[in-house]
Amino acid sequence: MRLIVHNMLTCNIKGVVNKFPLRIEAEKVIKKEVDFNPDFLRHMLAKIEWKALVDGARSMGYTELPDQLESEESYSFLKKFHHALLELHLEEGSLVCQETGRKFPVEKGVPNMLLHEDEV
Amino acid sequence: MWFLCVFYHRLLDFRKPEVEALAELFGEEDESLQWRLPEHHHNDTPFHFVRLSSEEIAQNIAKRSILVKGMYELWGEGTCYEELKDSIETFPDSRKLPFLASDSTFRISVETFGKALTFDEQKERIHSLTYIPFEGKVNLKNPDHNFFLMEMDESEESNGLPPIVQRRIFFGREVGFADRKLLPTFQLKSRTYLGPTAMDAEMAFLMANQAKAASGKLVYDPFVGTGSILVSAARFGAMTMGADIDIRVVRDGRGPDCNVWSNFKQYGLPAPVALLRMDNNVPPWRSGLKEIFDAIICDPPYGVRAGGRKSGGRKILRGTVDPYTVPEDKRSGHIPSTGAYSLVECVHDLLHLAARMLVMKGRLVFFFPVLRDESGSEVKFPEHPCFKLVAVSEQILSSRYSRVLLTMVKVEPYSEEIEEAARLMHLEFRENHLKWLEEGNIHSSVFKPSTDASQIHTESKSFKDPKPKYRGKYV
Repeated sequence: MRLIVHNMLTCNIKGVVNKFPLRIEAEKVIKKEVDFNPDFLRHMLAKIEWKALVDGARSMGYTELPDQLESEESYSFLKKFHHALLELHLEEGSLVCQETGRKFPVEKGVPNMLLHEDEV
Repeated sequence: MWFLCVFYHRLLDFRKPEVEALAELFGEEDESLQWRLPEHHHNDTPFHFVRLSSEEIAQNIAKRSILVKGMYELWGEGTCYEELKDSIETFPDSRKLPFLASDSTFRISVETFGKALTFDEQKERIHSLTYIPFEGKVNLKNPDHNFFLMEMDESEESNGLPPIVQRRIFFGREVGFADRKLLPTFQLKSRTYLGPTAMDAEMAFLMANQAKAASGKLVYDPFVGTGSILVSAARFGAMTMGADIDIRVVRDGRGPDCNVWSNFKQYGLPAPVALLRMDNNVPPWRSGLKEIFDAIICDPPYGVRAGGRKSGGRKILRGTVDPYTVPEDKRSGHIPSTGAYSLVECVHDLLHLAARMLVMKGRLVFFFPVLRDESGSEVKFPEHPCFKLVAVSEQILSSRYSRVLLTMVKVEPYSEEIEEAARLMHLEFRENHLKWLEEGNIHSSVFKPSTDASQIHTESKSFKDPKPKYRGKYV
């Protein structure tokens, strides 16, 4: 699971208010190289929740991202953004709801967001 | 500029929409693309004239397409060789001479449709073109310029092509053609990980073209399965993302080297940015998230060979049983029960997802099953106020049913008001859909046995077949 999708996910159990972001409990993180595409990155930059990305990256062991979004999109900034968004890969671990503590497992890189019968 | 576009004679409904979608992808302006039929030709003919603003766009479209046999700059046409000569001589020299230069190489090919010519007959026709001042050298293997002399005779349907009333001859310079080599490379036969409803390579590429998949774009498939559709989008340069409710398909596959990820590895394509297990009926997207996908391409479950599923067991959804709580020690590893998810509800959720998550002008491309009705009545497709339907292409699957590829473009931004209007549209559609299908599902209509022998006989006589067959087959 990459941070690009972590940035989109919430805990959608009925009645939960503090759904986003989900806290990452990382057990196995690997780095996979992805082609650098500045157009794609700029398109994503407009949609990303920055704080969730920074915190998520920290949980996966990457601390190079600035706390605030830079107004200037320099090449080095885009490279860091690219690395955090697409190259950090959570193979095993879980996504934890901040309110209920419910864990959504991530196995073989695939997060399981399916709710149990009493959570819908 | 007008070009002669010659199509492969298959998937007839898909030919023009593919060219139109690719024209838009390569920068052709709205409304400026036009089609014209050659004289005396039926709409199913492989030959169509298309107006595009430049040769560059025509070449890009042809190269990226799957169904364009060739795109030609027309130098002349006629019903006989004398008329052809007059027509070619009228074509301005300024347009001809750059391609006849002495330092270039060329080749002339003769193509006939609906008949075969001997080698001598072909040579005779090529030699009849001596009035064109070719100054370059002939190179049969790899010429700079490729010229085609195309002849199509009067025919009835028996030769497998649509009937034309009068012979027509075309002469043109080739500008581009489809790279059909993609098909054997990506064919499902040699795919590592397959499922029963994996999309065949040709159709997956057509869908990716309808969706204008390209580098820098993010394409999503909410029913990803084995990833067959995303593979084609990735081949065209898009970033891909997929989700499915069945965890075995998406997470496990059939082993560490036989899963969705390995399907991409097989072709050296970048893996999807994410694969998720989730329920489209209860999606986990954060509420502020919107306009993030450039295209959504999918093949939702029709309920014929594979049915859709959503959260909640059968009894829970009916209300017979209250949602039960799984004991703590059994929670991890619990596989939640799922219940039937009708096609209509599934498509409504898909439209809702697309209305919210597609960028403006983004495309939703998906298949919708239809019963092939004897009465030939108007089929109604699902609608949503955010979308404009731009293409409808039917692929016949059996005598009982076909599937239609719908291409919708997002023209209105999502809002609460639009959501309310969409909900009402959905309720109306659902009511009509249920009336139209016996027993409310496609599966039983497709697989119901014919009642008795005599009835079958009379039914087939009165069955009016609106789609023509070529050599006994639907194309």
